[in-house]
Amino acid sequence: MTGMLETNVPSYPFGNDGLDPLLPHFAENGDGVGQVRLPTGQLAFLFTRHDHIRELLRSPDFSSDFTRPGFPLIRPLAEDMPRPDGSLIRMDPPEHTKFRRLLTPEFMIKNMRPLEPLIRQTVVDAIERLRAAGQPADLVEHFALPVPSMVICHLLGVPYADHDYFQECSRTLLAWKTPPEQARAAIEDLRAYLAGLVDKRMREPGDDLISRLATERLATGELTVDELVGLSTLLLIAGHETTSNMLGLSTMVLLQHPDQLRQLRERPELVDDTVEELLRYLTIVRTGLTRVAVNDTVVGGHALKAGDGVIALLSAANRDSDVFREGEEFDLHRGSHQHMAFGFGIHQCIGQPLARAELRIALGELFTRLPALALAVDPADVEYRDAVVFGVQRLPVTW
Amino acid sequence: MTDGLRVVVDRDACCGSGNCVRTAPEVFDQDDAEGLVVLRQPEPPERLHGAVREAAYNCPAGAIEVVEQRPGGAA
Ligand code: HEM
Ligand code: SF4
Repeated sequence: MTGMLETNVPSYPFGNDGLDPLLPHFAENGDGVGQVRLPTGQLAFLFTRHDHIRELLRSPDFSSDFTRPGFPLIRPLAEDMPRPDGSLIRMDPPEHTKFRRLLTPEFMIKNMRPLEPLIRQTVVDAIERLRAAGQPADLVEHFALPVPSMVICHLLGVPYADHDYFQECSRTLLAWKTPPEQARAAIEDLRAYLAGLVDKRMREPGDDLISRLATERLATGELTVDELVGLSTLLLIAGHETTSNMLGLSTMVLLQHPDQLRQLRERPELVDDTVEELLRYLTIVRTGLTRVAVNDTVVGGHALKAGDGVIALLSAANRDSDVFREGEEFDLHRGSHQHMAFGFGIHQCIGQPLARAELRIALGELFTRLPALALAVDPADVEYRDAVVFGVQRLPVTW
Repeated sequence: MTDGLRVVVDRDACCGSGNCVRTAPEVFDQDDAEGLVVLRQPEPPERLHGAVREAAYNCPAGAIEVVEQRPGGAA
């Protein structure tokens, strides 16, 4: 792909500039591949087709490690930012394989099922608190944010009472506008917080993931304390920011599609398909997944050189007309099983069974218990979060 | 007699996403120790063929292979 003109290359991430924020915007050259300029000045290839992205994310010729030369940084990093220990999402095999296998059983479908009563109770309690807050109330503050936070806290063994602190850190970390040094400070604060917790759980273990790893994997040398801290930090951030943004946006989208919402209310068994379609339609990891080629390779017929940065634009793949008919429409009957909202390849979201259970239970209960739920704001005035994970800032509702 | 189908899984390649278990729980499971795919039936009945093909397509790691077999046993 050399020889391409480097002038007039669009800047990435694309702004939404008054366009429908629910539709991803992208530029490509007609063959599904475009070139973009990142805030660091670096160029990267942007892949938008479903088949290309499947091929790219399954290929062993790409790395997720941002310290490798050529890695496409969507925002500048603080100087000499090390790759944090235990950050699974930035590892390559064989290191990745080891960590992934250690963690997978914790999130398997069959191990999520026993958690469902707790999720349901958390959801029901949150709806009660929303009611008590009086109308109109912010659904994000009273429902979308606390539910996933409480659940991941329970799972990890993190005291929910500390939520103001860790939510503030993770928001700072994920906001695009946060300067690199401040983002680094936020991640270091979070790690210090979790280091304290790991230390405590080593001495007084409870019935939770951090305690299990601390008691079972540290002594055997399978994990170091720093790695356990890194893993816990990643799980705490990924475990609440994503599902929480999905809950806010999903509620908004369903309220804007009253016919489909009515069908869902009449036939609760549609909830699984609804969740999949919401995942596809919203694709909250909107800026896509970044990788660097570690070998000369070919994706979708495009030759790439070792050191080339690539972005897999999941939001575009999830609307690819070769796979999803009228993909820009929300249609809960679509049966969107091929969507890539959780990514693809060996890093595909490890928390997806948890995320699906939370979305299914939370949306089901919300629309059953609040039959008159309605937006208390013009959809055009809804404020979106300018962050790595797409979401609404606030969602005022009445019921 | 209808065409058969044989499933082959590669546990070394599997990343434990559980997609296959969600799509075709009668055919796939995950082990308790590492969450890697376990094949429950290598030659599933015809009513499961659609789900098995979908599981292979959606396996993020490309760890599931579906071998279509001709009547009479020759692959
Ligand atoms: C709807 C909610 C969610 C969405 C849309 C989502 C999306 C994603 C995506 C796209 C990736 C792939 C990243 C890459 O390939 O570079 C990923 C990985 C990951 N997610 Fe999620 N996620 C969600 C919920 C969760 C939850 C609830 C957890 C908590 C346990 C979680 C934990 C992780 C972890 C640890 C990884 C890294 C896995 C690896 O590198 O092997 N996610 N997620
Ligand atoms: S879908 Fe593929 S990667 Fe996921 S558990 Fe099944 S075989 Fe493993």
